[in-house]
Amino acid sequence: MKLELSGVAARHPAARDGAAPALQPLSLRVAAGEQVAVIGPSGAGKTTLLQVLACALPPLAGELQLDGTDPWRLPRGALQRLRGRLFLAPQVPPLPPRQRVVTAVLAGRLPALGLWASLRSLLYPADIPAAHAALLRFDLADKLFERVDRLSGGERQRVGLARALLAPATLWLIDEPLSALDPSRAQQAMRTLVDDATARAVTLVATLHQVDMALAHFPRIVGLRDGALAFDLPARQVTPEHLARLYAQHEDELHGGPAPMDAAPLPPPPPVVMHCR
Amino acid sequence: MSLAAPPALGRPPTHDPAWLGRVAWAAALLVLVWPLAVATEFRPWLLLAPDSLRAGGRFLASFFPPALGAEFLAQVLRETWRTVAMATAGITLGLLIAVPATLLTTRALSVSALSGRMARGPFWVRQALRWGLIVLRSIPELVWALVFVRVVGLGPTAGVLAIALTYGGMLGKVYGEILESGDPAPTEALLHNGSGRLQAFAYGLLPQNAAELASYTVYRWECAIRSSVVLGFVGAGGLGQQMDSAMKMFNGGEVVTLLAVFVALVALADRFSAGLRRVLG
Repeated sequence: MKLELSGVAARHPAARDGAAPALQPLSLRVAAGEQVAVIGPSGAGKTTLLQVLACALPPLAGELQLDGTDPWRLPRGALQRLRGRLFLAPQVPPLPPRQRVVTAVLAGRLPALGLWASLRSLLYPADIPAAHAALLRFDLADKLFERVDRLSGGERQRVGLARALLAPATLWLIDEPLSALDPSRAQQAMRTLVDDATARAVTLVATLHQVDMALAHFPRIVGLRDGALAFDLPARQVTPEHLARLYAQHEDELHGGPAPMDAAPLPPPPPVVMHCR
Repeated sequence: MSLAAPPALGRPPTHDPAWLGRVAWAAALLVLVWPLAVATEFRPWLLLAPDSLRAGGRFLASFFPPALGAEFLAQVLRETWRTVAMATAGITLGLLIAVPATLLTTRALSVSALSGRMARGPFWVRQALRWGLIVLRSIPELVWALVFVRVVGLGPTAGVLAIALTYGGMLGKVYGEILESGDPAPTEALLHNGSGRLQAFAYGLLPQNAAELASYTVYRWECAIRSSVVLGFVGAGGLGQQMDSAMKMFNGGEVVTLLAVFVALVALADRFSAGLRRVLG
């Protein structure tokens, strides 16, 4: 899918009215099949940018075009069909705790399934081989029939990524895919995403905290700082000076990066209480 | 909240600063409660008057021995079955109202609310349905039963319809609250990635909330058993009607047997719901 942002500004929906928009007017073009890493210190507007691209957040100003159409001019049904052609993976994997991994992964395919097919798949998973294959790419094949709340944080994050491999999408928007992974798992996950995106000619936009990972795996790097575009360069041309300027006053994020997100398994879900209302 | 100035050194404080506030709140509460007590003619000492004690004692004494005749027990069994059937049929019909209403009113399943405010059309549809549910459940099942007894005549049908309407409203409202109390992220993510509302419900909301929904439904079923008993008093059949006639005949033995059956039914429903919660939890 081809992306085009012209002068797009956006504000997080929870932000106060007077607050500065998380994304200053910004223009960006991404060709179909291109792979872009978005880097920058925390609070730079990386997640907001992904949400705008995912049609999750309407821009305050400017225009977004996906494959040449402005999604916010479409009627709601058409917009929802368009959303079915992209895949947004939030940083915290959105998996219901009591669901099994196989169901959680197959949920990526919902936009391509009719209602009956998807309900039938709840009773008996529709495509176990496909779910298995996707998990295998992330080294999780043995967890196929585990419950999501029995997994560690890193495992859950990889389940969230495996969902992308089943989505009928031509655009992957992946937010901090490596935040809960140890270095070797992170390498593997990044490799898998980039290789699969290449093989399927899917456009891939990922935000990353790990600058070295971005430079190693992505041909194009977009630097964001304070909601504005700092640079947009081929990875080869990104110099240490660029990075030093991008991360000025946030040097600890450039070196070493923030500590991985809490990787402990979720606490077991609280017992179901009886409500008398 | 501001902190009071610390007491001067050497002089221990002599007053609890919170005391005055407590007295004031207690006095205010009394002033509020007094008119309520007058309005409800709340005179508990009447319970202990010799006349009431004598009447109560006679009634309680007539409870023993409980009626255990074979014919009576067979009749109780039949009426128990009818009561359970009435509650179950009522709840099932109520679900036919509650489930679609819940799916239509749940905010978490709104596609337009995904990106900012909900659109106006869907907003008003949701509001109208919610008001409808409020009307359904704010009319007590007893009143519905009296209405339906006029329409369809004496018998369990009136009870089933009364339970269906009131409980449909209750279940619809509480299901909605349960669905919105959980973590919205999984559902939102599915909708953001283009799933339909029902798909998002089945893959996002249901796995999180199935146990709570099921346990609430069983709790309501237990309540429906109890209210079907009350409905029996206005002619809807079942254990309630038995109880009504036993009371009118001052047949304490039959009353106590019927009460024991009630307690057993409710305890059974309670066990069932606990087991269900364990399985789904």
